[in-house]
Amino acid sequence: MSGKVTISLAVNGETIEALVAPRTTLADFLRQDIQLTGTHTGCEMGVCGACLVLLDDRPVHACLMFAVQADGCAVETVEGLTHRRAIDDLQKAFHERNALQCGFCTAGMLVSAYGVLASGDELDRDSIRDALSGNYCRCTGYESIVDAIETTARLRRQHMEKEEA
Amino acid sequence: MKARAFDYMRPKCVQEALEAFVRADGDASYIAGGQSLVPALALRLQAPGLLIDIARLDELRGLSVAGGHLRIGATTRHCEILGSDLVREHAPLLARAAPFVAHPAIRNKGTFGGSLALADPASEFPAMALALDAIIEIASVEGSRRVGAGDFFIDLYETALQPGEIITAVYVPLASAKTRTAFDELARRRGDYAIVGAGIDAEMQGGFVERMRIAFLSVGSTPVRVGAVEAALTGRQLTPQAIRQAQDVLGTELDPVGDEHTPPEMRRHLARVLLGRLLGRLEANV
Repeated sequence: MSGKVTISLAVNGETIEALVAPRTTLADFLRQDIQLTGTHTGCEMGVCGACLVLLDDRPVHACLMFAVQADGCAVETVEGLTHRRAIDDLQKAFHERNALQCGFCTAGMLVSAYGVLASGDELDRDSIRDALSGNYCRCTGYESIVDAIETTARLRRQHMEKEEA
Repeated sequence: MKARAFDYMRPKCVQEALEAFVRADGDASYIAGGQSLVPALALRLQAPGLLIDIARLDELRGLSVAGGHLRIGATTRHCEILGSDLVREHAPLLARAAPFVAHPAIRNKGTFGGSLALADPASEFPAMALALDAIIEIASVEGSRRVGAGDFFIDLYETALQPGEIITAVYVPLASAKTRTAFDELARRRGDYAIVGAGIDAEMQGGFVERMRIAFLSVGSTPVRVGAVEAALTGRQLTPQAIRQAQDVLGTELDPVGDEHTPPEMRRHLARVLLGRLLGRLEANV
């Protein structure tokens, strides 16, 4: 029983074949098997949001699924978002607004923020807070994180309006 | 915080999944969204020898309208309910409740059928299935059967599902031009488990209530219909007086549970407050 299973998935655009034990969570697979340690494991029960990754372009908890379930899927981590420069402006806004202190929650915050910014919805502070309702931060009190995301949303909107003009 | 070792399989169809469960002699769990099962495995509250992954079965997918019902495939994810025009048009109560279900990342993975199968009394969709008088379609190796939501929720995390059975779809009666709905809940923070929540599905004509179903969540070991309140309002206009009377009936009908933060009396009071707000919204048609 419990033999390992071969899976094939795209991680940050690169196809990876791996042999995993079925009980290995996607979070542990990313961190331990392929050394992508930007995804953090906090509560490991879907509460803290530190392990959020994009699964087929939607934020999900990497601790709430097993790597075998991601077979055939596309996973993107905070490293992938960084390398393809999808969140340069977001990271800059986090930095400038001091939207992190210890940094443990930041990867999850960025993935949630990426998700809500990419949704195209009109964002106000309430909807940003709603989007972050599954992310714990024990340092900042959230205010600066909401500020940084709000700033990014505003700058992106201004940028788009300039492009259209 | 790591699950016990288990085997994993991804069957090609529902029949294969059902047979695999039987072969495992009951030492198996189905997994779809896994948003409640995976933590239960991590905490070793459950430790099945086999996980049968039904998340990708086409038979369990999709939203469609047929025969006076909206068919919601069991593995329809919460985010799909939230974003669906079909749901907004034909099952507006579900559309109202969907933003309250968990957090965005959970909604991206958790499934409608899974939520009903778990039957958490604090969950929104089981209570709304009750308020909508939904029909739950269940498959087993013996065949398919249908159970009304009123007969489905039996006790805490206990449903009409027998070991090895799978919810395949849920059928919700289509809303009409007379349909009015309201949903809200009281929680310490948005996205937290509700202290108390409720949804109403009603038909109103010329200001009079022709039919009303009200279901509460987080007040007992199952979602709870309040038939005496429904009866007290049927045939009436939602005047301030009628609403106050309905709140009084609720106060005697509801027998809520307490916990360390919320004594039963407080929960009963909050349920009355919530009912008053929801009926006010029905009357104002907002």
